[in-house]
Amino acid sequence: MSSEPRTLYEKIWADHVVERRNDGTCLIYIDRHLVHEVTSPQAFAGLRAADRKVRRPDLTLAVPDHNLPTTPRVDAAGNPLPIADPASAGQLSALRGNVAEFGVPYIDALDARQGIVHVVGPEQGFTLPGTTLVCGDSHTSAHGALGALAFGIGTSEVEHVLATQTLLLKQSKTMEVRVEGTLGHGVSAKDVVLAIIGKIGAAGGTGYVIEFTGEVIRNLSIEGRLTISNMSIEGGARSGLIAPDEKTFAYLKGRPLAPTGEAWDRAVAYWKTLPTDKGAVYDKVVTLDAADIAPSLTWGTSPEDVVPITGVVPDPESFADPSKRAAAQRSLDYMGLTPGTAMQDIPVEHIFIGSCTNSRIEDLRAAAAVVQGRKVADRIRQALIVPGSGLVKRQAEEEGLDRIFLEAGFQWREPGCSMCLAMNPDKVPAGERCASTSNRNFVGRQGPGARTHLVSPAMAAAAAVTGHLTDVRELMANHA
Amino acid sequence: MEPIQQVSGRAYPWGAKNIDTDIIIPAHWLKTTTREGLGKGAFESVRAEPGNLFDDPRYAGAPILVAGENFGCGSSREHAAWALADLGIKAVIAPSFSDIFSGNAFKNGIVTVVLPQEAIDRLVQVATANEITVDLETMTVTTDFQDRFAFELDPFRRDCLMQGLDEIGMTLAQDTAISKFESAVAHERPWIAVGGGHEGVAVEGIGRT
Repeated sequence: MSSEPRTLYEKIWADHVVERRNDGTCLIYIDRHLVHEVTSPQAFAGLRAADRKVRRPDLTLAVPDHNLPTTPRVDAAGNPLPIADPASAGQLSALRGNVAEFGVPYIDALDARQGIVHVVGPEQGFTLPGTTLVCGDSHTSAHGALGALAFGIGTSEVEHVLATQTLLLKQSKTMEVRVEGTLGHGVSAKDVVLAIIGKIGAAGGTGYVIEFTGEVIRNLSIEGRLTISNMSIEGGARSGLIAPDEKTFAYLKGRPLAPTGEAWDRAVAYWKTLPTDKGAVYDKVVTLDAADIAPSLTWGTSPEDVVPITGVVPDPESFADPSKRAAAQRSLDYMGLTPGTAMQDIPVEHIFIGSCTNSRIEDLRAAAAVVQGRKVADRIRQALIVPGSGLVKRQAEEEGLDRIFLEAGFQWREPGCSMCLAMNPDKVPAGERCASTSNRNFVGRQGPGARTHLVSPAMAAAAAVTGHLTDVRELMANHA
Repeated sequence: MEPIQQVSGRAYPWGAKNIDTDIIIPAHWLKTTTREGLGKGAFESVRAEPGNLFDDPRYAGAPILVAGENFGCGSSREHAAWALADLGIKAVIAPSFSDIFSGNAFKNGIVTVVLPQEAIDRLVQVATANEITVDLETMTVTTDFQDRFAFELDPFRRDCLMQGLDEIGMTLAQDTAISKFESAVAHERPWIAVGGGHEGVAVEGIGRT
């Protein structure tokens, strides 16, 4: 055992090196592999073409999410309803065929446990601290919230992991993002991560693995931590780790795929050795003070375009860098915004509460608390609540949250990626504006020409009831 | 994969920053189950504008793209690399790339060349009328005007690109080492095997019997 103080990342990395090549490239063992329908068909086809098998189906779990419509999946008699888009139907059926052919564990679209891969993994206890976890999806970084070294991969890497249960990787640099202090009223994990991305920039974490530390992170629930780690990739970092602690263990204990009995005790003993040692050095350290973080949102077409809700649309002329100035002007043209406009004066037509960033039970509770006793504003054309999994949906219904949303005029949908990425029928029409709890405000992300403002669930709920971007704190104050 | 020594020809002089993979290939193109034919959807939102770079006959079939920092950020979709490859792009030159995109590009025989912003500015200028050469042997980008920009390339990736190696085949040759590692893990971290020694994995509906 090394006596040098090490970071959480360095410990997990060291425990997964199968072989180190002379050039520093390492063959890294992968403990967990999540598979969905969009980035896997070509990987399975590659295996088939080369007559290769899945090395460890038992370490793999497949679930469809991206393509699934979020409208009811069965008719009144309980028969499955067909999927209208033949390309989506084809991709979903390809996944069913591939998992059967290669013997991969699979949660079907009609199973209550189906949901967005990054909601299902933690919920089932498939995600564990100290593991390496990959998925052909960049928001795999989410699982870092449980202390897993989790990152998104491309389809060639999906095929590589299916065939070999390993990846060829170079060790990343480490960045500590420390958030100290106490969050103000109405400020959530989403606001924290938006503030972090605003500070480091969309490429700030490129080449790094982030570890989120500090009082604010420690005080967040596991669900809040999942929101933070989920958006690491929007700051350029493929992974965003949070040290496992008693909250992590309590969250995992008793979940279907988590260890039990003696194996659980041994696992916890190992997980307790993982947090970064005193004196370990990160390549870069960034600190934020919770007192400086307000409910936040994006104004442009990159997740780094962050302002507090009390702010205004920035003037491109205020950027010193000429290329940033040009990019800001293009963003404002696309977003249909004028510099100097107060963010709170911007009307919206669509509300989306969902996605792997913000579709867990605490997110729905936070939104429902704002919505309760209020109505969706007349100008809102579409207000969707899309639970992250069938189990989240069921729990929300047990708590009566669905009634609150339905009575206010929201739609209560089936689990899936929904309006986050315009791959299924849930889209924002061109030129229209959405307050969205998802993770990307890219050009065309929610549909061609769609305009996205990234917000927290409480802020999305506030925009739904007022019809414009709104400081949720004002609604909370008037709603005792 | 075809070995690559050099990429030479016209280049799209773009220079734009933070080009995300939703711009390279929007999500509605991802419903395919093959790797081919995605060039049609490449840069769809950019190509919707008249007079855009990608439909300019001067650059038709250009094998090189010159872009701004953080190229390929966002989604992990390898479809972005497949779309570029289908357009005929074999090298992208930018001040920085997202980590996932550069891995995907490499696995599809597309060279990602990192050069400082000043070099990008110069190459954007040159590319409007002249050809550019990316050479993997000498690790330089050159122009007809005596410009010569040296770049670095990960030695492993450079070897794979120049020799056209099949990475999965190479890793499968390490099967003994992988099996040995698995035996050690089964002993040291037995909980890694899902359902190892317990009934958890037998949850109804999970797993094919």
